[in-house]
Amino acid sequence: MSDPNLQKTPLNAVHRELGGKMVDFGGWDMPVLYPAGTIKEHIRTRTSSGLFDVSHMGEIHVDGKDAIPFVNHLTTNNVEKLVDGQAHYSALTYVNGTVVDDLLVYRFGPERLLLVVNAATQDKDWEWIRSHSDGFDVDLRHASTEYCQIAIQGPSALGILQGLTDTPLDEIKYYHFSNGTVDGVASIISRTGYTGEDGFEVYADASEAVRLWNKMLDAGNYGSEDGILPCGLAARNTLRLEAAMSLYGHEISEDITPLEANLGWICKLTTDFIGRDALAEQKRAGLTRKLVGFEMTDRGIARDGFDIYIDDRKSGFVTSGSPAPFLKKNIGLAFVPAEFANIGQEIKIDVRGKMLAAEIVPTPFYKRAK
Amino acid sequence: MSNIPDNLKYSKDHEWLNVEGDTATLGITDYAQEALGDVVYVELPNEGENFNAHDAFGSVESVKAVSEIFTPVAGEVIETNEDLNDTPEVVNDDPYGDGWMVKIKMDNSGEADALLSAEEYAEFLESEEE
Repeated sequence: MSDPNLQKTPLNAVHRELGGKMVDFGGWDMPVLYPAGTIKEHIRTRTSSGLFDVSHMGEIHVDGKDAIPFVNHLTTNNVEKLVDGQAHYSALTYVNGTVVDDLLVYRFGPERLLLVVNAATQDKDWEWIRSHSDGFDVDLRHASTEYCQIAIQGPSALGILQGLTDTPLDEIKYYHFSNGTVDGVASIISRTGYTGEDGFEVYADASEAVRLWNKMLDAGNYGSEDGILPCGLAARNTLRLEAAMSLYGHEISEDITPLEANLGWICKLTTDFIGRDALAEQKRAGLTRKLVGFEMTDRGIARDGFDIYIDDRKSGFVTSGSPAPFLKKNIGLAFVPAEFANIGQEIKIDVRGKMLAAEIVPTPFYKRAK
Repeated sequence: MSNIPDNLKYSKDHEWLNVEGDTATLGITDYAQEALGDVVYVELPNEGENFNAHDAFGSVESVKAVSEIFTPVAGEVIETNEDLNDTPEVVNDDPYGDGWMVKIKMDNSGEADALLSAEEYAEFLESEEE
């Protein structure tokens, strides 16, 4: 039985019917894997398609005359560069430059933006955003419960989804979106994702979640040899790690700035946002630590939080470590002193008392063929 | 329902033992492999190592998690299943057969008698589920 204190997405009963193994994920009752298992789910997403319930993500509407200047004041990327129908990856930062949360900013119009934030942090984000709105002509609405969000990812995703919509999907560029219908249901169809594959994230009214999910499974030939597979949080994590995408609380957090996490490309220091001065100063002074990718050279798996040693000195820590099911290697991301953040640098990782060797390698670990 | 062969002994840490004379072959149960998910790595001891009862002698890792493996009996490791280095997934596919992990020469073969029977292990699993 599920814990009544946990929050549930509109697809909760569907996950249980599919045999999903449910876990408490930041206060949400979510499937960590389905009977196929994480490895199959992961590989199927790379070779065919995977379906992910990401309805737990938070949606915050920002409407009004000052929508763009307001979000520009709060986030590191430059919202003025967005055009209607475009989205970008960004971060909410504190005055000291560390990260409140990472997010997507969607522009529907000059006075209409949608922020999509992480599930576990959405209440904190909402408070942060709301408390900084004085003096801005904006109307804010925390609308998470109104939406479902379903991600269909992988090389077959476009073909499957195209069978359910009249919107010409190949005309939607990466990090762009379109208002359309999926199986007759009004949807935001966004060419975004968190897997390193081509694919879409579909936002619709929460009441339509079960119908959309089942339609996508059917259209993707769920149950057939190479058909679509529903994927749990464990596959979502290993997919994003192979693609070296950041996870809040790991690569970025209240103790880590985006610059340290290789996210300088979302920090537009020419705009005036909360945390800009601290980031500009960090950039000027030079980073003392950097996020790097590593591959285990000894047998063994590094896990989140394990200590890194270089020249017998404790020199950093693993932010995310895991087997990489598609690459069939044991990989991870870690912070090391900037002077050692070089491809080919050997490091040691304390794996439950054993010092195992690893090597710094280029990221992303996995890049799909275009 | 998980598979629990009648002819084996079981521990509350979800290991199974097949006792033949003073030698015990040891692995993890069907329930344990199911709970772990896809096994990607098995760390085993060296032959000749000695362990006390309830010592951790190795670990088994899935994509998501690490679990230590404990020996419910004291003794010396006389053989390890080196095939698991290359094919750890056998632990999922055949936990009571090709997925065996170590053979232990027991210091006191009577120690195995105190372990759970198949029936008792099934009851234990049921009580865990509640």
